[in-house]
Parts: sequence; structure tokens; C-alpha cells
Amino acid sequence: MARPTVTDWATDFDHLDPAWVNDPFPIWDDMRRKCPIAHTDRFMGVYFPTRYQDVRAVAYDTVHFSSRRVVVRETPPPRIPAPPITSDPPEHRPARMVLLPPFTPDAIKKLEPRARALANELIDKFAGRGSADAAVEYSQEIPARLIAHMLGLPEADGDLYRRWIKMVLVDGITDVSVALQAAGEMHQYFMGYAQQRMEKPGDDLISYLVNIKSNGQPLSTENVIGTLRLLLIAGIDTTWSGIGSCIWHLATHPEDRRRLVREPALMATAVEEFLRAYAPVTMAREVIKETTINGCTFKPGEMVLLSFPAANRDPSMFEDADKVIIDRKENRHAAFGLGIHRCIGSNLARMELTVAVEELLKRIPEFSLAGPVTWSEGTVRGPRQLPIKF
Amino acid sequence: MPDRATLKVRVNRDKCQGHNRCKALAPELFELDEYGNAHEIGDGAVPAGLEEKAYLAKSNCPEFAVEIIEE
Ligand code: HEM
Ligand code: SF4
Repeated sequence: MARPTVTDWATDFDHLDPAWVNDPFPIWDDMRRKCPIAHTDRFMGVYFPTRYQDVRAVAYDTVHFSSRRVVVRETPPPRIPAPPITSDPPEHRPARMVLLPPFTPDAIKKLEPRARALANELIDKFAGRGSADAAVEYSQEIPARLIAHMLGLPEADGDLYRRWIKMVLVDGITDVSVALQAAGEMHQYFMGYAQQRMEKPGDDLISYLVNIKSNGQPLSTENVIGTLRLLLIAGIDTTWSGIGSCIWHLATHPEDRRRLVREPALMATAVEEFLRAYAPVTMAREVIKETTINGCTFKPGEMVLLSFPAANRDPSMFEDADKVIIDRKENRHAAFGLGIHRCIGSNLARMELTVAVEELLKRIPEFSLAGPVTWSEGTVRGPRQLPIKF
Repeated sequence: MPDRATLKVRVNRDKCQGHNRCKALAPELFELDEYGNAHEIGDGAVPAGLEEKAYLAKSNCPEFAVEIIEE
């Protein structure tokens, strides 16, 4: 369905507009200069701060801005709680604490060998062909299969997960019933496994969740299922987009790609720089109490798009913010959020990005774009078709 | 007397959200608890030669939680 044409980005923006979807950076730069907190009446009213300091201020302020709605949709759905991402203080902290231990750097390190093997199995399938869709055949498979592995579920169920994610994050933006249907299907799917692992626990994340105690109490089944749903939704599209953007950059910037092949020690700063420049995730908050930030009044009931990607391109925070500098030393980027909701999967995501890029460059050091690239719509940004040839 | 000011790193635990940048950049100076939140190792004193790493940790912490104290 064609959307009404945007007349003015500062007062009528639409984050589903094709211009925004294809290349949002010039739009944000312009907004940042002229109207650093833009507003639209679309989606029943949304604010869009583009400066780092304002994004930070909203992220830190849980009194005026609630996480009970974290996606901007055409019509607000009945709430589907997914703690901790949809929780505010004081409920947020206990819900978050139970999830942290399985995602520490040490815990994630144990998954790295499986991730490397997986990357190579995927490359094996297209290496001889001379071309591939790096988004479909590589980037999206890695997080879907690795999370299945963590949950102790068949890695091939990754296909199911991707379908649900599309229903929640893409089709569900304009048609809420699709998002609700996906939530129902996920509920059914996980219910069976949760019961099974309660009876016969294994060494996987579902077993961990059904057996963990929070304040001496086991988590309710509702809570366990909600958390599993969240891990799928939060962990796959995001990382898929992150990996895809890294590969897109390397396909279009041969000098950076060759430098990384020559100097693999730069991988750590390069991955952080890709996360900064192509931060995949924009969150949202609901204004619950009127407040003023940087001269702009936020009205209760309206939403705020919390653009970590725009914050990461703010020249008052980052020198040469519009340039990708793979050996950037100081990089306080906000790709994984700021404040109490810092991405629980950040260590996992960083590992996946690093492994995906390293293994690809080892096997296929020279590649370039082979056709048109399409970018995702919605608030997780990354390439959805990324044809490369080598 | 050492001919340089002694540096100490300190993690402000109220601000730290466990981004793990400090430990990744300066594993000699920071460690993480079971939840992935950071604290300085020992009293935070920065041995000679690790000053640059200490400043890198500070300037990459998204929460501005790493402090450097010159004594
Ligand atoms: C490159 C990949 C990823 C990016 C850019 C990303 C980004 C983010 C951001 C910006 C937030 C903050 C949300 C807010 O402020 O409301 C967040 C939260 C979260 N992420 Fe990620 N994420 C990624 C991968 C993952 C993965 C792999 C997982 C787990 C499997 C995950 C699980 C979560 C969870 C559970 C939260 C909620 C934390 C809370 O509310 O306390 N993410 N993520
Ligand atoms: S980088 Fe900052 S927020 Fe992250 S673990 Fe270190 S001190 Fe904590």
C-alpha cells in the first residue's frame, strides 16, 4: 500500500517512507541541523530526536518515558508484555537480572566454535558458485541457527523463527492482528518445550529459564514464554541486519576490505565502527508524563522513536561522524542502547558479527555487489537482499 | 618517587550497564561479575605501560562509567 507522500521531514516524517528506508542518513543530518526533535502526526503522534544528547536523555528518563510500548505501530495493540524489554522500574531489574548470566562474555565464548563451524557450513553451500545472496544465505542464517542451538531446539527451526519475526516486526506494524497471531503461534511452540524441559532439564537456555529462581520464586510459565519470545524477536533480525551491513560495507569499500584482510587485528575496532555507523536498532518509548527536553515538549500518549542509529551519527559526539573509520579509537557508540535496557545479547551479537566477517573474509577475501540491494522497513535496519559475486 | 602521577581506574557501579567495552579493551584492569557488570581489578592502580589502555577503556564506555583518578 502506498503511503501518503511526506511533505516535510521535520513535521510530517514517516519512517516507512522509501527515501528513509533506502538512505536515512541525509534525512537525519538535515533534521539534526534544522529541527533536532522532529515530530509527525502519523502513527498517532511520534517524536524523533536526532542528537546524541537528546536520545540519551530519553533513554535515561524512565519516569516520563515508558517501555511498555517499544514499537511504533499504526494502531496500538493490546499490550504483549515481554519482560525486561517492555518493563519499567521497579519490575525491570529482577526480570533483567535472571537473563544476564547466560549472556556474559565467558558464557558466549563457549558458543564461538559452533558459530565458526556454522559460518563455514553456510559458506560451503555457495563458495563454488561465484555468487550468493549474502543477506539470505549467510547473514540471516547465523543468528537464527545459533539462538536455536542455545535454546536446545532444532537449528532448522530457524525458518519458523524468521517467519514470526517478519509477522511481528514488519507486517505487524500496519496490521496488528498479524503480530498477535505470531505471538499466539510462538506461545504454543514454546509451551510444549518449556513443559518438556521442566520434566527433563538439559544444558540449554530453556532449561535454565524454567529452573531459575528470582527472589526465591520460579518464573511463571507466562514469564518464561514471554522471555523466549523476546529472545527470538530481539536476537535474530537485529544481528542479521548487523552482519548484513558489515558485508554491504565491505562489498562497497574494497579499500577497507583489503585492509582488514591484511590487518586482521583491526577486526575489533572495525566491528565497533560498523555497529556505530550502521546501528541496526531503533527502539521506542511511550510518553507517560509531560516533560520538556531541549525546548521540545513531549505530550503523554504519544510515542518517541529512540534512534540510536541517529545518535551514532551526531557530529557533536563523534568526529567525522559520517565517515566509516575502521580503526576509530574512541567510539562510545550507542548501538546496544543506553541505560538500564542495555542489550542483553550484546556479547553474543558482537561475537556473531566478528565470526561472520572473519570467516567470510578468510574464505572469500575478494567480493563485490552483483545487483540491487534492498533494505528492511521498520525499526531494525539492514540489507534484506544483498547479492554479491566473487 | 615514581616520576609520573599514579593512575587509578574506577568503575562507577551505579552507571555501569555491562557493555563490556572496558574489559574487552583492558582485560588487565577490569573484570566482570556473574551478571556481566564491571569493576576494577584490585585497587584499580594502572601499572606502567597500561596508561593508554586505561584511557581507551574510559573513552569507549557508553555509560561514562569508567573514571580515571590521578594521584
Ligand atoms: C547487532 C545486534 C543487536 C543490536 C544492535 C541490539 C540492540 C538492542 C538495543 C538498542 C536494545 C535496547 C532496547 C531499549 O533501550 O529499549 C536491546 C535490548 C535487548 N536486546 Fe538486543 N540487540 C542485538 C542483538 C541481540 C541478541 C543477539 C539478543 C539475544 C539473543 C538480544 C537481546 C536483547 C534483550 C533481551 C534486550 C532487552 C534488555 C532490557 O530491556 O533490559 N539482542 N538490544
Ligand atoms: S564499558 Fe562501561 S558500562 Fe561497560 S562494563 Fe565497562 S564500565 Fe560497565
